[in-house]
Amino acid sequence: MKPTTFYTTSGSFASSPSDDEFLVIENLSKTYRTPDGDHSVVLKDINLTIREDEYVSIIGHSGCGKSTLLKIVAGLERATSGMVRLQGKEIRKPGTDRMMVFQQYSLLPWLTARDNIRLAVDEALPRISPAERRRIVNEHIEMVNLSAAANKYPDELSGGMKQRVGIARALAIRPMMLLMDEPFGALDALTRGKLQRQVLNIWESHRQSVMMVTHDVDEAIYMSDRIVLMTNGPAATIGEVLEVPFSHPRNIQEIRELPEYYELRNHALNFLDRHFS
Amino acid sequence: MLLQFNIQVIVLAAQATWRRSIRPAIVQDYILFPLIGFAGVLLLWWIVATFFTTLLPTPLDALLANMDYILNPFYRRGPGDLGIGWLLLASLRRVFLGFLLGSIVAIPVGFLIGTSKRAMLAINPLIQIFKPVSPVAWLPVALATFNLANPSAIFVIFITSLWPTMINTAVGVASVPKDYLDVAQVLEMPRWRQMLKIIWPASLPYVFTGLRISLGIAWLVIVAVEMLTGGIGIGFFVWDEWNRLNLNSVFLAIFVIGLTGLVLDYLLGRLQMWITHRPPTTT
Repeated sequence: MKPTTFYTTSGSFASSPSDDEFLVIENLSKTYRTPDGDHSVVLKDINLTIREDEYVSIIGHSGCGKSTLLKIVAGLERATSGMVRLQGKEIRKPGTDRMMVFQQYSLLPWLTARDNIRLAVDEALPRISPAERRRIVNEHIEMVNLSAAANKYPDELSGGMKQRVGIARALAIRPMMLLMDEPFGALDALTRGKLQRQVLNIWESHRQSVMMVTHDVDEAIYMSDRIVLMTNGPAATIGEVLEVPFSHPRNIQEIRELPEYYELRNHALNFLDRHFS
Repeated sequence: MLLQFNIQVIVLAAQATWRRSIRPAIVQDYILFPLIGFAGVLLLWWIVATFFTTLLPTPLDALLANMDYILNPFYRRGPGDLGIGWLLLASLRRVFLGFLLGSIVAIPVGFLIGTSKRAMLAINPLIQIFKPVSPVAWLPVALATFNLANPSAIFVIFITSLWPTMINTAVGVASVPKDYLDVAQVLEMPRWRQMLKIIWPASLPYVFTGLRISLGIAWLVIVAVEMLTGGIGIGFFVWDEWNRLNLNSVFLAIFVIGLTGLVLDYLLGRLQMWITHRPPTTT
């Protein structure tokens, strides 16, 4: 694992070649109208480009609008101005090309783990044969090591298992982009580490575009290629973008011994400290 | 908080005692204290019956006088002289028919109210006005319409079963977690499939809460209705026996009615668990 050069860019950065512009967020702002008629600016002038096989983390303090940004990319919320383009096409509504992994899992409690995944596959891939759909469901259950618990209901699963179902559900519909909203936020530390490893393994063998919201700096460094640091709200925007200089596949123990790890970690933490109001 | 003493607790206790050796805590919680409660009521009854009134039988008198009813619940000794089991079945039949018809109307209407603001605005005032009315007040309306006791009783139960189911279904539909709807949206489900695959199953626990309240009230109301309409049924039995000054049977009927209500609620709870795969919320 050879560290490459480590540099930071500030705010928006120069546009790269077109095949690198998988997801483009352009001058995006989000304003809410408060009940008493005022406007509250949540996000302002967000510019970000994500490559087709890139794992990007977004870090910021609670309430800085990072989840809102993710929801806009998912199509669950509309931007007030600016736009988001996926492969050149503007995003206006939710779609199966961008699947979400939710912080609170969002599994349907009346369906078993398998049926939760099956529902998503049936909805998202209606054109392929039932046998093929079954195969996809089973493949993804195995991918997240849930074969033994596949027929259990969400109430019978631990938090870590629930999120594995959520991740399997998201991956099974073969989205072009994976959106994760603090996917490990509700898990205990041990489970979190294990699941991070598992997700990273899956990602390293099937690389794709990932946008993950988190507030854990170590998680961001361990998993992602770039880290987007958000300033505080209101009117939050991108403060800095850090390039993570470690190549994949990564090993958390090895990374932790590198001086760059601490340099990056301190840099990110200092940024967050500075922006703590 | 409402103290829960339902059949679920009893069943749980029974399972626990059968499975392992009887543990003192379980005996205490599920056998000893309930027995103390029953014993207290019996004692009170005994005291009142012995010292305050001549009409009231003591618990022992009542038990002995009722032995024939208890041992032969399904006798037929002539028209109108039926065992208490038959009376119970007649009442249950009315309740089930009325409850079924009421639910068939209430659930779709509740669903409509929950999904459409306009439907809510149109129907909610009606519900708010009719809900506080004792369903028995509808009996004259029903009698005038049907001219028959039995359909009228069923109609009153139908009215009884409407409101709680309607309201709870509407609340359930309106309070489907946003997360589930987000999932549906990300999966690009069309609206009608969202209703079928997300909103309907997500609101089922509320629907069942409504059904259980409805059935509970229906079982309360049927006794009053039958007292007024006469005919065969556990409610009329109570009134008939009182007219014969036979309080023994009234006590038996009270006990049977209570036990039946308990069993009905338990069965509906089991149905809910079986359908929703989630433990029912006790109300």
